Amino acid sequence: MKKECIAMLLAGGQGSRLYALTQKMAKPAVPFGGKYRIIDFPLSNCTNSGIDTVGVLTQYQPLELNDYIGNGQPWNLDRLRGGVHILPPYQTASGSSWYEGTANAIYQNMRFIERYDPEYIIILGGDHIYKMDYSEMVEFHKKKGADATIAVLDVPLEEASRFGIMTCDDNERIINFTEKPKQPKSTLASMGIYVFTWEKLRKYLVENEKTGESKDFGKEIIPAMLSDGEKLFAFAFEGYWKDVGTLRSLWEANMDILDSDVIDFYDPEWKIYSRNLSLPPQYIGAEASVNNSLVCDGCNVNGKVNDSVVYSGVTIEEKVVIDHSVIMPGAVIKTGAVIRYAIIGEDAVIEKDAKIGVSEEELLRDKGKNAEYEIAVIGHGETISSGIVVTPGQMIPAM
Amino acid sequence: MIYNDVLGIIFANMHDESISELTTVRTMGSILFGGRYRLIDFPLSNMANSGIPEVGVITKSNYQSLLDHIGSGREWDLSIKNGGLHLLPPFSHNNSGLYRGRIEALEGVLPFVHNSNAKYVVMADCDVVTTIDFRAVIREHVRNNADITVVYAKHQFTDKGIGSRASTILEVGDDKKVKSAIINPDILGVANRSLNMFVIERKILEKIVERFAPEGYASFDRQVLQQNKANYKIYGYEHKGYYEKIEDINSYYQANMNLLDMENKKNLFLDSSPIYTKVKDSGPAKYKEGAQVKNSLIADGCIIEGIVENSILFRGVTVAKGAQVRNCILMQNTQIGENAELHAVITDKKVKVGKNKLLTAAKSNALFIKKNQKIEDD
Repeated sequence: MKKECIAMLLAGGQGSRLYALTQKMAKPAVPFGGKYRIIDFPLSNCTNSGIDTVGVLTQYQPLELNDYIGNGQPWNLDRLRGGVHILPPYQTASGSSWYEGTANAIYQNMRFIERYDPEYIIILGGDHIYKMDYSEMVEFHKKKGADATIAVLDVPLEEASRFGIMTCDDNERIINFTEKPKQPKSTLASMGIYVFTWEKLRKYLVENEKTGESKDFGKEIIPAMLSDGEKLFAFAFEGYWKDVGTLRSLWEANMDILDSDVIDFYDPEWKIYSRNLSLPPQYIGAEASVNNSLVCDGCNVNGKVNDSVVYSGVTIEEKVVIDHSVIMPGAVIKTGAVIRYAIIGEDAVIEKDAKIGVSEEELLRDKGKNAEYEIAVIGHGETISSGIVVTPGQMIPAM
Repeated sequence: MIYNDVLGIIFANMHDESISELTTVRTMGSILFGGRYRLIDFPLSNMANSGIPEVGVITKSNYQSLLDHIGSGREWDLSIKNGGLHLLPPFSHNNSGLYRGRIEALEGVLPFVHNSNAKYVVMADCDVVTTIDFRAVIREHVRNNADITVVYAKHQFTDKGIGSRASTILEVGDDKKVKSAIINPDILGVANRSLNMFVIERKILEKIVERFAPEGYASFDRQVLQQNKANYKIYGYEHKGYYEKIEDINSYYQANMNLLDMENKKNLFLDSSPIYTKVKDSGPAKYKEGAQVKNSLIADGCIIEGIVENSILFRGVTVAKGAQVRNCILMQNTQIGENAELHAVITDKKVKVGKNKLLTAAKSNALFIKKNQKIEDD
């Protein structure tokens, strides 16, 4: 059946810079923002943008992700025509191969794409937190008569060398694109979101398979299209967008959302959907205090929580202090434990009086200095024994 | 597999009149409870968790909120091909589909009951909040070779009339046989209170309805448990788990407040049998700078900047800066304005209390504010 536009979501990355959090799950499955997982953001954006056909390309540790996406019902993507499809690498008569790059992953799923005979295809990543109406980008692409459109964000110059950076003419047409330049010429950064006219992309994918080396959009496809004089345009995005590919940025993004202007989770017109657990409402105990924090269903809070995000089903016992931290689903924090500037993984157990992250002495020492601390990280399912001290920046992976 | 051979029937409107404050705009089954639930979630989840594959929900009037809530039954995993969830709206050849009692209600859906072909029928109302495994009840029903099994709980009646006047009290022998049933008595002390849940052989149920309905008898408790107890093998099943029976607005208030006791909450929400409800995709609850929340149940989507103590807040409630909320039940999307003060207030959905308003009542007689009402200066 024909679809004007379908989305392909690249969810196969290992997310190796999230270390302890991605040992056993793909990056898009990592919990975020209290009751979400990273992939909820692009999936909800698709649904809210009216895109009802999404291929999710998986490769690394897909179990958690497959289970989470299921039939796509939480995102309204359980459709008779279209819907969400998990696309792992597969074997063919001529052999089998893993996805060897972003472009190769799409190339290997051309048959899936062609079943929908789309005019346009939108390529998404699974490691960004943002709200975006993709349909506006597709409209822009059509209006410009573009062959490819790249969503761009204005970033601070000092960060520009981490991104694909482009320069444009007055008509938003891209003149130059450099992946991770050492000396960035502009601050227009690629968000890793592309709209292609499928006919065009198809041609370049096939050519790239024969000749390309890295089989990647940023490194091969975009430069090739530019040098051929194809029409590439930059679609400017305004709003909150955060790459959560590192432990630091994941922690920062969680702190960012405590500010209500960053991402509106309460907008009935643009909900972020997620697979919900059937948990009772959160209980805030008689001795508890909760300030500038997000807390979710199923939590039982009896300690002190400040400037933190507490995910679903977390238990926080008496005399616990949680400060500037991220406590992932199902974690149990026992009496007297102190957690500051830390990420505690899913179902981790912090036993009595354990101390994780910045100490009280360090806080006092730095008072009023606006100090920046290294984040301590406890892996999913890990137990920290009673009285143990985990220092800032230390990481305890799951066994 | 006997558990697959069971039809569940839930009476969504039974007892509506006992809590009219909340049922003028909805059925008993769709009354909001415990921060994120509706009363029907309890019998429906219990049936789903007991492996009952087909459930009919009998409604009468005001059932739009119920329809909206249960939808296809997916949240209870009852959106399946064979069996699943059936909403049974009023359908009748006489008296406009409105029924006066259980027998009359069943008369309207007799073809549905018959076509299910199940061997057993489990019936439940929406006035009891509990977690119960119906498989255990069915097991005992089969072991006793019973025609009808009535689920009851021992209850200490302390105030004359309170609680018992809206209950059927059973006298149960050591052999678990029901010796007598008294309907809505005034009593004191410990007694066996019917929880309005029954297991009954389908064919016997059909015969009962066919026999009594045409004669105009509506009440199952009166006709069967009381008047004709000699004609059936009626047994009792004692439910020992935590439960709350909702009989009026005061017991509704108390039942909600009792959930603030962790022991009660733990006994109602068992890890082994979750209570399911409709998913609304609200954001996390947000505690802003200055929020002071103590001993309260808070649902997702709430935004709190003021003081909340000993209260239950449903999804999407906002409490502005300086507001004080104590001993309250605030239903979905209630908005409490700056410096407003509420004590022992129940607000229905979408109530708006303006700045600086003061609303207080006694805990024994909480103040109820109707849906959509706005209390503010002009």
